[in-house]
Amino acid sequence: MTTAKGDTTLLTVEHETVSYVAGPLLVAGQMTGVGYDELVEVVSDGRVRRGRVLALEGDRAVVQVLDGTTGLSLPGTRVRTRGEVARVAVGDDLVGRILDGSGTPMDGGPPLRAVEYRDVNGAPINPVARNHPSEFIETGVSAIDGLNTLVRGQKLPIFSGFGLPAAELAAQIASDAAVPAAAEDAFVVVFAAMGVTQREAAFFRSTFAGSAALERTVLFLNTAEDPAVERLLTPRAALTVAEHLAFDRGRHVLVVLTDITNYCEALRELSAAREEIPGRRGYPGYMYTDLASLFERAGRIRGRAGSVTQLMILSMPDDDITHPIPDLTGYITEGQIVLSRELDRRGISPPIDVLPSLSRLMNAGIGAGKTREDHRAVADQLYAALARGRDLRRLVSIVGEAALSETERRYLAFADSFEQTLVNQGATRRTIEQTLELAWTLLRDLPPDDLKRIDPALVERYAGPGATVDPPTA
Amino acid sequence: MTETRAPVRGQAADVGTVHAVSGPVVTARGLPAARLYNVVLVGHARLPGEVIRLDAGDAVVQVYEDTAGLAVGEPVADTGEQLQVELGPGLLGSIFDGIQRPLTTLARRADDPVGEPMIERGASAPSLDRSRAWLFEPDVAEGDEVSAGDVLGTVQETGALGHRVLVPPGVAGAVTRVARGQVRVDEPVVWIGAEPLTLLSRWPVRLRRPIARRLALDQPLVTGQRAIDSLFPIARGGAATIPGGFGTGKTVLEQSLAKWSHADVIVYVACGERGNELTEMLDEFPTLTDPRTGSPLLERTVIIANTSNMPVAAREASIYTGITIAEYFRDQGRDVAVLADSTSRWGEALREVSSRLEEMPAEEGYPAYLSTRLAEFYERAGAVACLGGGERTGSVSIVGAVSPAGGDFSEPITQHSLRLAGTFWGLDTNLARRRHFPAIDWNRSYTLYDLDAWFDDEVAPDWHAQRAWVLQLLQQESSLLEIVQLLGADSLAPAERVVLETGRLLREDFLQQSAFDDVDAYCALPKQHQMLRVVHAAHDAMAAAVARDVPVETLAAAPVLREPARMRSWPDAEVAGNADALVERIRHDLEEL
Repeated sequence: MTTAKGDTTLLTVEHETVSYVAGPLLVAGQMTGVGYDELVEVVSDGRVRRGRVLALEGDRAVVQVLDGTTGLSLPGTRVRTRGEVARVAVGDDLVGRILDGSGTPMDGGPPLRAVEYRDVNGAPINPVARNHPSEFIETGVSAIDGLNTLVRGQKLPIFSGFGLPAAELAAQIASDAAVPAAAEDAFVVVFAAMGVTQREAAFFRSTFAGSAALERTVLFLNTAEDPAVERLLTPRAALTVAEHLAFDRGRHVLVVLTDITNYCEALRELSAAREEIPGRRGYPGYMYTDLASLFERAGRIRGRAGSVTQLMILSMPDDDITHPIPDLTGYITEGQIVLSRELDRRGISPPIDVLPSLSRLMNAGIGAGKTREDHRAVADQLYAALARGRDLRRLVSIVGEAALSETERRYLAFADSFEQTLVNQGATRRTIEQTLELAWTLLRDLPPDDLKRIDPALVERYAGPGATVDPPTA
Repeated sequence: MTETRAPVRGQAADVGTVHAVSGPVVTARGLPAARLYNVVLVGHARLPGEVIRLDAGDAVVQVYEDTAGLAVGEPVADTGEQLQVELGPGLLGSIFDGIQRPLTTLARRADDPVGEPMIERGASAPSLDRSRAWLFEPDVAEGDEVSAGDVLGTVQETGALGHRVLVPPGVAGAVTRVARGQVRVDEPVVWIGAEPLTLLSRWPVRLRRPIARRLALDQPLVTGQRAIDSLFPIARGGAATIPGGFGTGKTVLEQSLAKWSHADVIVYVACGERGNELTEMLDEFPTLTDPRTGSPLLERTVIIANTSNMPVAAREASIYTGITIAEYFRDQGRDVAVLADSTSRWGEALREVSSRLEEMPAEEGYPAYLSTRLAEFYERAGAVACLGGGERTGSVSIVGAVSPAGGDFSEPITQHSLRLAGTFWGLDTNLARRRHFPAIDWNRSYTLYDLDAWFDDEVAPDWHAQRAWVLQLLQQESSLLEIVQLLGADSLAPAERVVLETGRLLREDFLQQSAFDDVDAYCALPKQHQMLRVVHAAHDAMAAAVARDVPVETLAAAPVLREPARMRSWPDAEVAGNADALVERIRHDLEEL
């Protein structure tokens, strides 16, 4: 039992008083002394399953059974209280290990040597103690580094659709995210897979568990065939481990959570089983609060060396960005990277649509001394020009290209080459310098007077005559 | 507790037991004397909560902290008091959670200001610092007759603001003793009859503070934001709502208002939002100075922070905590702006608790009393004549952000807010994606406050005419753009294409405003007026040129029409001269064509 704190000191009381079992839930009587949200053990035919208390009324407790309720019977089932909330082992020893959805090793390795066992729910970071994220992370992906910059301590989801290469992008970022060479050993990836298929699990295993990558990875795997309610525990266990590595051990942790949609389905399943009043599309009214309790665990703390950066993959059902899952997520996270099915069909890789994408913390992480002095202005100009080019593309589909003026044709061409060269980089890794140089190459094709968002001095320096040599970096 | 003047006082210190627990909702038994909205302390950890329903022998409590580990049978103690805030010197520059616990104090451990970075359950500390002494300068003497609202004396709380110590509501009589000099907030400073009054007073958050009378709303709350002041101004004492999908810039706009609004005190309620955004404010505000007083902006700001991962019931309370503090400063004769980000998160907290109570849901699962609760909040805005002598006036303006699900403004919180607020700044996702900020949609937004007379008197006599011209031109532009989308720009007459060119100037060079640019972040009213004058002149010059058969393409390519883009960075002192010169150049250059 990885979730047990010790052994003999625990309060253990057994009750054979189960009166209701259905779906993931059971109701047990005579449960005096058990606390809300505490862990219990459900014992039937010698098998021990873990459960969590969802509600208490008098001596009755509603229990969510983490390992499934198949085979339980009313007379033969006993519920044992443990007197503590769910906990997970934390420590450096977890790095390099593959664990199941609740933190038990499943890689055949030795038992975990845990520093301690921690409450998976964590505690909210006091906003006063937070350190504002401002350290640039070079992911090597131009559409992110150049236009939607990721910084340490940020939470940034990838809004994907079924069949789009979000997992590949996340894997690319996790393996390429650059850290200063000296801090190489300070970088750790904590990967939590929730409800993934065997095919996806195999992909993540081969990506992260292969060779050198595993030495800096903790992998939590809850697959689609594991009990759905265990999925609610998986990200919490992963984030608890990440917080320990970051704030107690000084490491820079990149937490990858996939797939948030599977997590929300599990939340809805449990809510329906409890016969709660459903909110939009049947998801519970507290889904915002529940997701926030995960995502807000990203950040930095003043006076502590490490950081927790979150990258979540979220499959938008029917590619609908207004669906409750992406919608509520977008309200909590600090921006979003949006993948486009249209770009994917056109063979653009990675198919990042930069217009609806956003990084709210970008301003804090870029500029002279961090990336380059022209970064903000170049990004703004690219956005404005791309938006204009896209509008024209729509217009051309109606009135034909002949109706466009010379200037308008240049914007149309800009939109095309932006997608074909800057976004479409495949698996190559680009430095931020390379990304910005490429951006200037594209901007030089626009009328110089139209570069309204860039200081003329910067235009002169980077696009004027003689600017072909690499300008000095700050 | 003589400093308390809560109109409802319960019987103190009944103790019952926990009977049921479901998330933040706890049912207690054995509290027959409990009153609705009394504060109770739940469990051995003494978690604070509020009685929200009495049902036969059960008192249903919403608990302001995580209830994990709470067991049936643990004690529940009735404090006999409603949820109150502490009011007095020390509020300004502070950051509190939804039930006014001081977050800076909670983070401190010994000498380390962030030694306790996580908010642990059951943590508590007095809201106002008991150890700090303030210099009290009395304005009354022994023998004076005083009544509620009269000024007893002043404490210089910050460099900019004198904190007026008032006779609390419900107290009157002759002053029998006066202290002066250094006092702490809980030490008596003035005695009225036998009753000692301290700098600290308390007030129940769900009850509005009394006033003498309401005043007409005829002055704007100047914000320095062009799209707001020039097109859709909010009245001082009025209410505005900012709905917008995610990424449309609600928080940036709220923060700009917090920085630049012409208010004496800002109460910023961060309700269910991101922790990192607060950190940014806490980092930035001490470094910015209020251009009107020269003091750090933080010194006029009170922050109420209940981030999205902090307990949900305290999020519900945070709005009331904020507005009560605002009313307290209003009663001292101050202009206060309450910036609530976001009221949707507050509504969701209501919904969550309502759902746990198994109440019959109305629209989208929100309780049927949602509109009543929202009205109770927005109606606490107003410009008022304060209680007490000295003819003080004060105001509370409210700006509430709304986060509509799916960016769809037909959802209940947006709709109820629209009914209650006098100003609507609708943020548009398409504008935001083009990085047009602030993304205020000029076609949907409106203001119901008639402030033209004030602007005409105080800024320029043609203000109202210019505003009407801009609104009409933007309206015309958007109908023309619909045609262009279908048929291309060639289908328009030259005069109509001039409208498009002017529309572009208005959008790019006037309505867009960078919150992150040192000069552009705040735009004074005279500068707003001059910038519009330039655009208007450009429009007239272009119209005259096409009347002479100058092709629109030639006009659009005129270098002089690139110059309005630089207006935003004009220093205030040079605005009038620059505008005159630019208008002259535009007229001259376009006439040459």
